[in-house]
Amino acid sequence: MASTIRVRAISNGEVTEVQALIQHPMDTGLVKDAKGDLIPAHFIQQLTFEHNGRTVFLADWGPAVARDPYVKFSFKGAAKGDDLKIAWVDNTGATDTMMAKIQ
Amino acid sequence: MTTDDSLPLSRRLVLKGAGAVALIGLCNLALLPMPAIAAANDKYPENAFKQKSDADAIKALYGRTAEASDKVKLDAPEIAENGSVVPVSVTTTLASVTSISFFVSENPNALAASYVIPEGTLPHVANRLKMAKTCNVIAIVESEGKLFSATKEVKVTVGGCGG
Repeated sequence: MASTIRVRAISNGEVTEVQALIQHPMDTGLVKDAKGDLIPAHFIQQLTFEHNGRTVFLADWGPAVARDPYVKFSFKGAAKGDDLKIAWVDNTGATDTMMAKIQ
Repeated sequence: MTTDDSLPLSRRLVLKGAGAVALIGLCNLALLPMPAIAAANDKYPENAFKQKSDADAIKALYGRTAEASDKVKLDAPEIAENGSVVPVSVTTTLASVTSISFFVSENPNALAASYVIPEGTLPHVANRLKMAKTCNVIAIVESEGKLFSATKEVKVTVGGCGG
């Protein structure tokens, strides 16, 4: 399966700007489907970004984060060509991980 | 003789067993990287996400109250046509920021997202939230152990909880 994570990390020499887009339903557990049955809650709880084994950004999310979540942040201390590791875990225990190259 | 035979055998068994345990351990590490990372850093604030009001959620997350500050700049639309995707971002001139959180006051649970900002990461986060109806979006910035907030009302034309 293709990765659920799409990341663009661009360094200007000092600061690396990271944008991530993740495919995930982010179901709140409060919405009913066409038949009137509740769609169970299914959302990402934690998303981490690691550079050289150090966490540079950690997101704790509830179901109020929009479907197919997007997040943007910036950090210092990385160079072009470095690896950035991105991983998420949702409330059902499902996970996905990917490595991105900083451009 | 029997002891001579059984001793190497049991040693081999023990070694085999140790190898198997090591392998299982490696597999666990490879398959479940996230819980290990989460445990090493910050635990998911389950309780704060369960609180209904923004005041209770802030208290559950930080154990303190926040004061409004013009150094926290919250950027959100005046009117959101679609409450299921509301772009919200925050930036601040405050120093030593350790976390940034977003609350939507009239959502079923006010806390939407909370971000840990380690040293070297800039105090600027953009994300997209769901909003049930017109209400306040609150951004909290934790700086040097104190909480600072910015609030903005966003008018929602179509709520983000429809199905």
